[in-house]
Amino acid sequence: MKRPERLWLALAAAALVVLPWYGLEDTVDAVLALRPEAMPALGQAAFGGCFWLLPLLLAPALAGWGVARGRPRLLVAGGVIGIAWLALEGLAIIHRGWGWDFLSVLGPAPTQPALGWGALLFALSCAMLVAIGLARLGRCRGDVFVVAAILLTGLSILLFIGLPLLSVLASAVRDDAGHTDVSQFLHKLTDGSIWGFGCLHGGGACGSAWNSLAMALLVGVTSTALGLAFALVAVRTRVRMKSLLGLLSILPVITPPFVIGLALIILFGHAGMATVFLADHFDIPRSRWIYGLPGIAIAQTLAFTPIAYLVMAGVLQAVSPSMEEAAQTLRAGPWRTFRTVTWPLIRPGIANAFLIGFIESMADFGNPLMLGGNYTVLSTDIFFAVVGATHDQGRAAVLAIVLLVFTLSAFMAQRLWQEGRSFTSVSGKGDAGLHPPLPGGLKALCAAAVLPWIVLTVVVYGIILGGGFVVDFGRDNSLTLKYFLTAFSIEHGVGGWFLSGSAWSSFITTLELALVAMPFTAGLGLLTAWLLARQDFAGKGLFEFGTMMSFAIPGTVIGIAYILAFNVPPLELTGTGIILVLAFVFRNMPVGIRAGLASLSQLDRSLDEASLTLGARSFRTVRLVVLPIIRPAVITAMVYAFVRAVTAVSAVIFLTTAQYQLATVYIVGRADVGEDGMALVYSAALIVVMVAALGIIVLLVGRQRIGRRGLAAGNMGVGVA
Amino acid sequence: MNRLAVEFQGVSKLYGQAAAVDDVSFTIEPGTLVTLLGPSGCGKTTTLRLLAGLEPASRGRILIGGRDVTALSAAERNVSMVFQSYALFPHMNVRENACYGLRAGGMRRAEAEAVAREKLRQVGLAGFEERLPGQLSGGQQQRVAVARAIVLEPEVLLFDEPLSNLDAKLRRHVRDEIRALQQTLKLTVVYVTHDQQEALAVSDRVIVMNAGRIAQDGSPRELYEQPVSRFVADFIGDANLMPVTVCGIDDATASVSLGGVTLSLPRRGLADGTAELAVRPQALRLAHGTTGPVLPGHIRKVCYLGSHMEYEVVLDGIAGAFFISDPDVVRPLVEGDAAGILVDAAAVALVPPE
Repeated sequence: MKRPERLWLALAAAALVVLPWYGLEDTVDAVLALRPEAMPALGQAAFGGCFWLLPLLLAPALAGWGVARGRPRLLVAGGVIGIAWLALEGLAIIHRGWGWDFLSVLGPAPTQPALGWGALLFALSCAMLVAIGLARLGRCRGDVFVVAAILLTGLSILLFIGLPLLSVLASAVRDDAGHTDVSQFLHKLTDGSIWGFGCLHGGGACGSAWNSLAMALLVGVTSTALGLAFALVAVRTRVRMKSLLGLLSILPVITPPFVIGLALIILFGHAGMATVFLADHFDIPRSRWIYGLPGIAIAQTLAFTPIAYLVMAGVLQAVSPSMEEAAQTLRAGPWRTFRTVTWPLIRPGIANAFLIGFIESMADFGNPLMLGGNYTVLSTDIFFAVVGATHDQGRAAVLAIVLLVFTLSAFMAQRLWQEGRSFTSVSGKGDAGLHPPLPGGLKALCAAAVLPWIVLTVVVYGIILGGGFVVDFGRDNSLTLKYFLTAFSIEHGVGGWFLSGSAWSSFITTLELALVAMPFTAGLGLLTAWLLARQDFAGKGLFEFGTMMSFAIPGTVIGIAYILAFNVPPLELTGTGIILVLAFVFRNMPVGIRAGLASLSQLDRSLDEASLTLGARSFRTVRLVVLPIIRPAVITAMVYAFVRAVTAVSAVIFLTTAQYQLATVYIVGRADVGEDGMALVYSAALIVVMVAALGIIVLLVGRQRIGRRGLAAGNMGVGVA
Repeated sequence: MNRLAVEFQGVSKLYGQAAAVDDVSFTIEPGTLVTLLGPSGCGKTTTLRLLAGLEPASRGRILIGGRDVTALSAAERNVSMVFQSYALFPHMNVRENACYGLRAGGMRRAEAEAVAREKLRQVGLAGFEERLPGQLSGGQQQRVAVARAIVLEPEVLLFDEPLSNLDAKLRRHVRDEIRALQQTLKLTVVYVTHDQQEALAVSDRVIVMNAGRIAQDGSPRELYEQPVSRFVADFIGDANLMPVTVCGIDDATASVSLGGVTLSLPRRGLADGTAELAVRPQALRLAHGTTGPVLPGHIRKVCYLGSHMEYEVVLDGIAGAFFISDPDVVRPLVEGDAAGILVDAAAVALVPPE
């Protein structure tokens, strides 16, 4: 396309004249039924009385003039005016009248429904016109692709991460009637249920903020310690566990976050297998100890130790053997070498692993939901504030802010820590040598920590995979297919075969939405990574901050933020499949960013530059040089985006509807009403699907890559549950 | 009319406050090979990248073939570059690599392949078209990089330390090949290196850079024989540098006294006072008993190098020492021996003090 401005000008005009302006769902039906909202903007203005849409015509008019006269400034002006007016009138006139109170001086309020495909295309075209105009003015050396990429990624991050977070803030300072009320905000913020100390001086419970903090600290420590022990055994002893190691690195990816909690209940709950066994044989009274801090901590430690292990294994491998060999030649024994050389070198990595465990624990939603009992934590409190009897969005928003402040601080601390110390002494070559053996005492300690953990993990995953195929785990262990059939039966009836199992609908919806989100997640993530790694532009710091925000936002916060931001016009998305896809995309975008950054950092910049000096523009360079070379990262990002969308629960639990029921949410529901068999058989099915998905990477990319990717992911930061 | 191939007009490149390239101006005639020479961090590679369009200039104007290209991106400039790492696309074979620029410019595949094949033949790679870069030796990879760059027949061809990834023996050979190719195809070449010998051997002109600025711009001979500063004298060739006092000047010459010997040297604009004497090793000989104006001294260090001896001689009466090579390896002097030094004024230059 030699003159892309003509194309986008035409599209902007078409968006106003042809496409239905309002309504995103059932568009085809609406058009066929000639419903009024299905008219394009021009029709709305002419026949629907929506005169405020007329100024939008200014955008293509100005831009068209600019194209005709070769004046790029007019392109920029047209695009900016189009987007600005669209946002302004969209926020000013909403479904129930004026969007801002002070506008009532203008008289009785007009109303308009939520924006539709026409508006969407119009906004996109305007953004593209701005990008082309800026490029023609010489921004980013006149490269349209770069300007457009920056503008579109920036705008989408603003719209789907920035705006939702702003909505949370706005909602927190508003009362139920929608008026700003700071005192109520302060009242909610300092509420005893968040910051109370009831548990310390007897009677009552502590606030959820303290509970979350205590739990996160505890889990950070335990998962890091266990991860370190496992890494020491795996990397520094002769114990053969290559296969176990590979399994470990994929466990956290394929396990839906609440499943471990569920398995623990079956094991240690009031009527659990182990509980019953101990009561029957050793007269240890049954109790509900698993509900609350101990249970959550065990479940999260099981869930997050593999991540800590990946970080620590990477750090241990990065310690150059020659340093330890130098210590040995200087007459230091194994203990002394470990204490004075190895330990100081891996200490920064330990802090890193701790912070990752901390953030993961803070953000975890599934396990506290299963095991919380009376022990309230922030992530589940947010959920209950919205869906519970109280239904207090303001309180949910306040809780979300508190949680976000915790995770963001930890995330910033982790980044500062990583920037400040480079613990990797690895140069990529020439560092031959052998790591010294572990001191005997330390080895025994590590083994003592690791073995019970392996046993527990095996038992837990045994329950998850097999529990759905016995009648009642622990009490009636006879095999049965009844749960499987209830969930996944296929019957022959009138009109042929049909999927009669109760799980099929949510299963298929999940796969569909995850597949739709997959290319967008990977694409947006990789594009962002490319911009961060390869382009310099004004405002890059801000851009980087925005993308990094997406790393640190807990799923629960995304969920509540999306509800608050997209519940009403101008962008009404709740109840649609689109909002689920969007949640997947912006929640899992870090997967693509990490994969992209990791592999771009290994790709010599001179390859891009060679392509540029040979006359290829950046789009061609990306297509012909960068993408083919980083293909493994592309595939990995795609599959991980898919897998994480399938296992997501915290962000989407707010957003699902009867029409768009998701697998994880369905499973949580089954477990909630005590149908453990169903929940387990369904979880096992999900795990099988995801193992198959990962198998595809192994086939396409090669085996070692997974481990490495896992390492890179662990090193780069967090993947919040 | 002979347009200038390249013109830099007061170009600077700032990283934050620090200037990597600081107000650099020079011109390059078409069909010449000009080397940017300097120690690492002197700004020579940045200058090359500014010319290629890989870095935007912070100040100044860059002209290529008389056209202002300051605002243009690398893709729009008619230059191509041979990278230090060669930057061959690992997923494309030799033919595809060589065709890349032509295809990016919109040429048809068959036509592009014919041109590429011809250029590959010119660099001696006929028959290697279907190999992947990973299957070639370092020298062959370098030729592919050169072929890929000259296929576009650029106005200016850039080389960024092209020899640094080759072993010592191959270097000399490839160096001569590059020079021969430049001469036969009458290319305008800008060549970056930190190796002064390499620079002297291949260049029509050398621009010596130091700390982001041009230290001297001239022919290899000018640089070697008439360094304008202590830095250039020290960087090019192994000069013995020694502070001296100018004791008499007239229109063209300045007299300096060294030990008991008075030397009459081209004045080069110096005034009375202190100056620096740059003495090339070949300007000095051991007297071996000859009479005449010799500098008296003593041997401090002896080094046997097979083809010749190398001595460090401390001068009597002045603080300073000279390195001298002497072809007589059969009867070497030993430490402490007295030694007279003969100075050939033709290979001595006065440079201003720093």
